Amino acid sequence: MSTSEVPKPVAGVGGWLDDRFHGARGVRVLMKKVFPDHWSFMLGEIALWSFVILLLTGTFLALFFVPSMSDTVYHGSYTKLNGISMSEAYASTLKISFDVRGGLLIRQIHHWAADLFMAAIMAHMLRVFLTGAYRKPREVNWIIGVTIFMLGMLEGLFGYSLPDDQLSGAGLRIFEGVLQGIPIVGTYLAYFLFGGPFPGTAIVPRMYILHVFLIPGLILALITAHLFIMVHQKHTQMPGLGVTERNVKGQPFFPYFIAKGQAWFFFIFAALTLLSTFAQINPIWLYGPYTPVAISSASQPDFYMGILEGSLRMMPAWENNFLGHTISWSVLIPALLPLGIVFTGLYAWPFFEQWATGDKSFHNVNDRPRNAPIRTATVMAAVAFYGVCWAEGANDVIADRFQIPLYTVTWIARVLVFLGPAIAFWATRRICIGLQRKDAAELAHGYESGIIRQLPNGAFIEVHKPVSPEKAAVLGAKEPIELLPGPQAADVNGIPAPSGQGGMGWARARANRAFAETVPPEENHNGHENGHAAVTASSRAEELPDAEH
Amino acid sequence: MSWIIARRRRPAAGYAALLLGLVVVAAIYAVVTGTGGAQASPDQAQQGIAAGKALFTEACSSCHGQDAQGTQTAPSLIGAGAAAVDFQMSTGRMPLKEPDAQAPEKPVPFSQQQIYDIADYIASLGGGPAIPTAQQVSTAGANTALGSQLFSANCAQCHGFAGAGGALTYGKYAPPLTNATPTQIYEAMLTGPEAMPVFGDGTVPPQAKRDIIAFIVQTRNEPNPGGFSLGRTGTVTEGLLVWLGGLGFLVLIAMWLTARRRQPHSTLDSSVTGTPNHE
Amino acid sequence: MSDIEEGPIPPRRVIGTPAPAPNLLATQDRPGGEVAEEDRLPSEPQYKAHADNAEKIVAACFVLAFLAGCGFIAAYVGLEVHSVDAVLRSNLALGTSLSVVLLCLGLGSIIYVRHVMPDVEVEEERHDMRSTPEARQEFQEYAVEGGQASQLGKRKLARRTLMLATAPLAAIPIVLLRDLGPLPGTSLRHTVWSPGRRLLLYGTNSPVTPADFEPGSMITIVPEGYTDDADALAKATVICIKFEPGQLQIPTRYIGSTLIGTRNWTVDNIVAYSKICTHVGCPVALYEQTTHHILCPCHQSTFDATTGATVIFGPAPRPLPQLPMTLDADGYLVAKSDFTQPVGPSFWERG
Repeated sequence: MSTSEVPKPVAGVGGWLDDRFHGARGVRVLMKKVFPDHWSFMLGEIALWSFVILLLTGTFLALFFVPSMSDTVYHGSYTKLNGISMSEAYASTLKISFDVRGGLLIRQIHHWAADLFMAAIMAHMLRVFLTGAYRKPREVNWIIGVTIFMLGMLEGLFGYSLPDDQLSGAGLRIFEGVLQGIPIVGTYLAYFLFGGPFPGTAIVPRMYILHVFLIPGLILALITAHLFIMVHQKHTQMPGLGVTERNVKGQPFFPYFIAKGQAWFFFIFAALTLLSTFAQINPIWLYGPYTPVAISSASQPDFYMGILEGSLRMMPAWENNFLGHTISWSVLIPALLPLGIVFTGLYAWPFFEQWATGDKSFHNVNDRPRNAPIRTATVMAAVAFYGVCWAEGANDVIADRFQIPLYTVTWIARVLVFLGPAIAFWATRRICIGLQRKDAAELAHGYESGIIRQLPNGAFIEVHKPVSPEKAAVLGAKEPIELLPGPQAADVNGIPAPSGQGGMGWARARANRAFAETVPPEENHNGHENGHAAVTASSRAEELPDAEH
Repeated sequence: MSWIIARRRRPAAGYAALLLGLVVVAAIYAVVTGTGGAQASPDQAQQGIAAGKALFTEACSSCHGQDAQGTQTAPSLIGAGAAAVDFQMSTGRMPLKEPDAQAPEKPVPFSQQQIYDIADYIASLGGGPAIPTAQQVSTAGANTALGSQLFSANCAQCHGFAGAGGALTYGKYAPPLTNATPTQIYEAMLTGPEAMPVFGDGTVPPQAKRDIIAFIVQTRNEPNPGGFSLGRTGTVTEGLLVWLGGLGFLVLIAMWLTARRRQPHSTLDSSVTGTPNHE
Repeated sequence: MSDIEEGPIPPRRVIGTPAPAPNLLATQDRPGGEVAEEDRLPSEPQYKAHADNAEKIVAACFVLAFLAGCGFIAAYVGLEVHSVDAVLRSNLALGTSLSVVLLCLGLGSIIYVRHVMPDVEVEEERHDMRSTPEARQEFQEYAVEGGQASQLGKRKLARRTLMLATAPLAAIPIVLLRDLGPLPGTSLRHTVWSPGRRLLLYGTNSPVTPADFEPGSMITIVPEGYTDDADALAKATVICIKFEPGQLQIPTRYIGSTLIGTRNWTVDNIVAYSKICTHVGCPVALYEQTTHHILCPCHQSTFDATTGATVIFGPAPRPLPQLPMTLDADGYLVAKSDFTQPVGPSFWERG
């Protein structure tokens, strides 16, 4: 293509910018960058675009919202509450909902987007974990992502508490009660955060500045870093034909990825708008203004705080008093333990896995979850734990809708919170191993083609055909994990490795064995179309060495 | 028909069949579990306490005793009052069909006049709160703002912020307030049926009761400006919808966005590629 | 990479796995910056007629989006709000039109990408993240060089005094937060209840006599003089429950030498408990007349009202404090004194 065919805008504007920023080569590299295609790679973008929508709708809301707890007597469009004394924050939210055209729509989009943001992060996090995409060189990006998740929880908590309605106010009361119960510093923390006793008049303006300025700024910075790192390191890709650690196959950023990204943004925005048109969310006019005198049944926080709520409900009574001091374990344990376990596990897992497998190599190709049974089983156990705590947060709604006695639901949760993860771990690991065996068999014996053939001796067999090269690449994409030398292994001089000694050494060897367990692929029989019946059950058993411990 | 058959192998056919199946099942369910209304018997029985006593002997004495003095299965009704009888019977809770954690609402087998007669009879045995008059339950000029405050402080913890109901212990529940008439609401507050506490006229004066009734009625009749209400139970249903409806819908779209492009049929090229193949 | 051979099996339709498209281009830059002809992106779609049809569908989507967008503006201008019904109409109209705009834009965009733009799969090389040993060496050398030029390694005095100087600077932001709020002091131990303060019905703010209560009744009570003070109400709200004679079995209980519950604090079988749950502070208001249990709807702490609100289920660690009650000269219920123990959630200094 000669320069005379280049359109004026590209040449003109491009030249103007390049004169100042030296961008020609760099921008071209960016435009040509290849992005692999898989539906599960788009989950993170749901979170990204939801965040953008949150910023846009949030700005609109901030033009009308009054972050003040000063009392005002309501006389407005929602006549049922006329004459009630309420905070300015609540009154301004009523005004946005009933007196600003499009106000209710934007409010609902904002709240649905917040929920979708958190749900998408969780789904994206699960996908990254299940495919091992947090491995080297992406550990830092994983940590950034987990931090965004944590900040998102805080941001949502402060956001839905801003309107100062009965439901979110009850949540704040619980928050203050938990804070107050922290040993030594609890009462000070509570008084400093709330500017005095609960509820005070400081908490809404303070949450406001955290919610519209500080935390979004942090999240924005982290998202930018997250994306930059992802582009710089290039996205991982799913195993397939021709996919190696040293290439990326997909479509270039310009024009394909931009076009698809634009379409995806519109769909996400459309989904949120559809929800906001047809599904009412956070109807604060029904909740009423906050008063510490009142409470409603079915008081739950937004779903991403559900794990905290559930663990508070699940915990039996337990408190110790000694020497004039009180520690309420029934508050402290639910506040710290479940989220502590989850976040510690999330942050530490890439490094734990590296330690257990001794795997320090680069990974740009994703694992199929079944090929990493311990990893997949661990995350399913975590999901079970998280899920039980989360579901218990809705225990009174579950009891009411499904007519199960209230205490029974709690007792089930108390048992399942321990039993569930154990069963999930065991079952998931078995399922992964089973799927691996199925893959190995399919790779070796081919797939059932639906063609029935009659053998000369009268028997019928189904013809197996070899799988396509693409499928074979996917089925065979299992990287074996090396067994580290055990504590007994010694070098040429007979000196055992120091890292293998002691309790940590034993733990490492044990973990390594668990991770390295593998199902070796069967020898490729290149698909046999006859004599299949000759392969008996016993000879099949010989071909599959038992990889269990 | 052949139009459908010709396209049965299209990828979309599976989704269409699933959708059709779901719609059919939903339609059958809706028809089968149609709500039944309270059916009042059209009988015109005799007036008065004597009539009530006869009805009582027939329908209630087996549990409540010949003279309403109570038995092991049911409490004494002496002093319970006409209001309690009207509430329990006009909502269909009484006569009780089978023992349960709590008497549920069900279709009413008596006419309103019959219920009044029984109520008169019970009232004649030992007094108790009377059935409120129409004027007593009239919500004209009521202060719904005060009603909302009183409802929040004394009722919402069981019945929910919008009267959608809630769970109590041991299988009991506070029912939704969607169908109760103003008279029934007044009577419930006055008599404290089953686990519900009594909200007598001393602690909740009659005007306050009217304010609460006005609030309940206005709230349940109020439309939901934001869309479907999702049950008015708060964030649990919202969370469910964002995962199943929001994320689920978007995952399906994502699968479409990234699916392999099928090669289109070309008039010149007769080899058709891209037909679904199963392994 | 050469073109994929079509094997004996037609390609599977697999949603989500990378597509083996007709062209497989390696976009490696040649020295000199020239890109070979076969490495360029196709400038025409493979099936032009199909692309033309698709463009028509895309255009229809975009036209629909345009119309819906105009509809949004019309609905905004034409539909008023200021009442629940009006907001419902407005929300429906604005939301539907906006949804159509966005959906059609999305649909049109994706149909365009999938059916108008030529299908392409491109391969790119991944470069090692790890720099060359030479680059690393140069970095390390310069880092050492720069460090030596800074002299900091040798200048112990400057180094240590620098750290000394910045220590308060790190502490200053924390110190500045001190005035966020007052010190709690003993304020968590007391409520506004005092001897002779009347019990008022919440909402109507009228005083009560024992005759106003009926057996089985429960009501929310607030202290006189503080009916609008949220800070006071967050600790001082009370529920009063009246029982039949003989039902109340409140034992006389002490914590140390402090009396915390007794029958003498009730009046005419009416007992007053703090409404603030001892778990994390929700109002514990759910009273079941038949079981005489008080249930907190937040986390299901359950208290037995006949025995001094003792905990029978749930995470609350202590019974609800009992408010000492008596009658004043006019026969109204008043507090005898403040609660004799701190109300609400536990805290470290509670004791």
